[in-house]
Amino acid sequence: MKQKVGLVVGVLFVLAWCLLPVAWIISLSFKTQESVTVGNPGFFPAEGTNAGLDNYRSVLDNGQFLDAIRNSIGISLIATFLSVVIATLAAYAIARLEFQGKKFVLTMALVIAMFPVVSLVGPLFDMWRAIGIYDTWPGLIIPYMSFTLPLAIWTLSAFFREIPWEMEQAAQVDGATSWQAFRRVIVPLAAPGVFTAAILTFFFAWNDFVFGISLTSTEAARPIPAALSFFVGADPFNRPASLLAAAAVVATIPIVVIVLIFQRKIVAGLTSGAVKG
Amino acid sequence: MAGISMRNIVKKYGDGFPAVNDVSIDIADGEFMILVGPSGCGKSTLLRMIVGLEDITSGDMVIGEKRVNDLAPRDRNLAMVFQNYALYPHLSVYENIAFPLRLAKAPDSEVDEKVRAASKTLELDEHLDRKPGNLSGGQRQRVAMGRAIVRDADAFLFDEPLSNLDAKLRGQMRTEIARLQKRLGITTVYVTHDQTEAMTLGDRVAVLKRGVLQQLASPRELYENPGNLFVAGFIGSPPMNFLPATVEGTSVKLPFGSVEIPAEKAEKAAGKGLLIAGIRPEHFEDASVVDDPGKGSTFRAQVDVVEWLGNEAYAYLPFEAPPEVQQQLQQLERDLDGEALRTQLVVSLDGASTIAEGDEAEIWVNTAKMHLFDPQTGENLTVDRSRAGRIHGHAMEAAAEQPAAAG
Repeated sequence: MKQKVGLVVGVLFVLAWCLLPVAWIISLSFKTQESVTVGNPGFFPAEGTNAGLDNYRSVLDNGQFLDAIRNSIGISLIATFLSVVIATLAAYAIARLEFQGKKFVLTMALVIAMFPVVSLVGPLFDMWRAIGIYDTWPGLIIPYMSFTLPLAIWTLSAFFREIPWEMEQAAQVDGATSWQAFRRVIVPLAAPGVFTAAILTFFFAWNDFVFGISLTSTEAARPIPAALSFFVGADPFNRPASLLAAAAVVATIPIVVIVLIFQRKIVAGLTSGAVKG
Repeated sequence: MAGISMRNIVKKYGDGFPAVNDVSIDIADGEFMILVGPSGCGKSTLLRMIVGLEDITSGDMVIGEKRVNDLAPRDRNLAMVFQNYALYPHLSVYENIAFPLRLAKAPDSEVDEKVRAASKTLELDEHLDRKPGNLSGGQRQRVAMGRAIVRDADAFLFDEPLSNLDAKLRGQMRTEIARLQKRLGITTVYVTHDQTEAMTLGDRVAVLKRGVLQQLASPRELYENPGNLFVAGFIGSPPMNFLPATVEGTSVKLPFGSVEIPAEKAEKAAGKGLLIAGIRPEHFEDASVVDDPGKGSTFRAQVDVVEWLGNEAYAYLPFEAPPEVQQQLQQLERDLDGEALRTQLVVSLDGASTIAEGDEAEIWVNTAKMHLFDPQTGENLTVDRSRAGRIHGHAMEAAAEQPAAAG
């Protein structure tokens, strides 16, 4: 009984710790601009300052913001897809094949993942302008991929190592080519790993701010986090806090949806993958 | 369906160690061949070379009329059951069995018909929609077999398929495999380290030791005419007893006294000095329950331990062996994955025997069944070559010329 109470208290504390800022952003997004400016510290909007869905309407009417959402979704999905595909193949090679320099590849991958992002932004800015992919989707997709690939490779190769060799050999004896064995047996078995890698990659791409703000200059490629920082109302000294809050909430929704979808896959994959032949 | 013919197969790994060394085995169409030996003898490697999962360093692997050395596993049209079954956990039982057909792009109606037929044979009908993870060990085993029989494969290959099952289920599945093989009449190669499986299932048995084929013969031939010390010690449970022996005329001096052996056996072993005598436990008996002691000799010995099992009893009689024999026996024990603590004689007595621990008993031995081995080469000097299949060593060529003693 005592333990149960402790558990409930603990869970409530963690929930509050994690969700309070989110709740506050949501609360803020329903207040009018005036309400924020004059100071209205309550969680619920004070009398007469309830903006209803007005903030959301103006956010969604804003062309700049819609472009940013489109950019973010497009760039993140493409980067995730490419990164997972490449990582799956690379991890499979690392888990299954003996080749020279395997350790080197793995170490380098880790080194790259640990490299501070900020130190690369300057050179990338110059390079991208020189080769003409500054302020384009590929200009962001490439750095996102290179920073998420190492983690994806490490995660996936751990998953591949768990799959018994016999699975693949059985498939080959049953008449599969190496590629068929990989696609029809190994990849489905590694599905939880694939989705874990996908979720991590997507998070990185979606949440990135440094690349987003440094390697873009217009709506052509600017992702949401960068766009939010450029979201300035009529008065540059008085930023539209409630509007920003509404935009932030909108930007969070895709993440929540994706996590819910992928999480189900991860759980389903785990239960089926856990069964050893 | 097809026969499988292995000609001078060698498998060397990177360090040059031959895991399989110059093995030649001809498996006739429809024959049930067992590859047996202690762990590390190369039996699984040999099987994996047949199916194509291991490269062949040298020699020819011929299936049917075709040399398959350079063919990928998928082009060899063989079906294999793995030790851990290797079922696809993400597919239902139905799809697991259907997998080879799906890869062959068979039409749905054909797939359904064949899968249903296989599942009926193996009594898997009620499990078709379940995932392998929800099945018991025996059921998984049957699914693995279903996946093998659903195709029209040229041969079945089994890699220790029963070693993950408990003793009772193992017995049942063993019978099941034998029945299935007889019914389908398909060439089968079966790897095991369990000599019971080897004896009961096989038409012929190939005994391997450290990559070298020791003897290739029917189970009965192996049991009655082992070609060397290794085969003699490996086949049979409890194993054959090995005693230091010296032959003088027709009498053999054993640690327990001298016994008489038939003249033709004595002749083969004459003048060889110290030998190792091999006698199976069941060729001993309590002298008091033997009806016709004429064929053998008796001796007296101290009984150390008696294990009474109802229908029979095992009595243990310790003895001292001279160092050179002792060394050879210890080496043999290591080859067999065993660890003998002392040199002792195991004798199987009739259940009616009343010999108790600590007694000095009179034991009868059927000396006609005694084998005599050369302690240096391990060769069986008294082997009946016409009924021993093919034996490794000098005798191999001679025996191979006698056509198909194995049938």
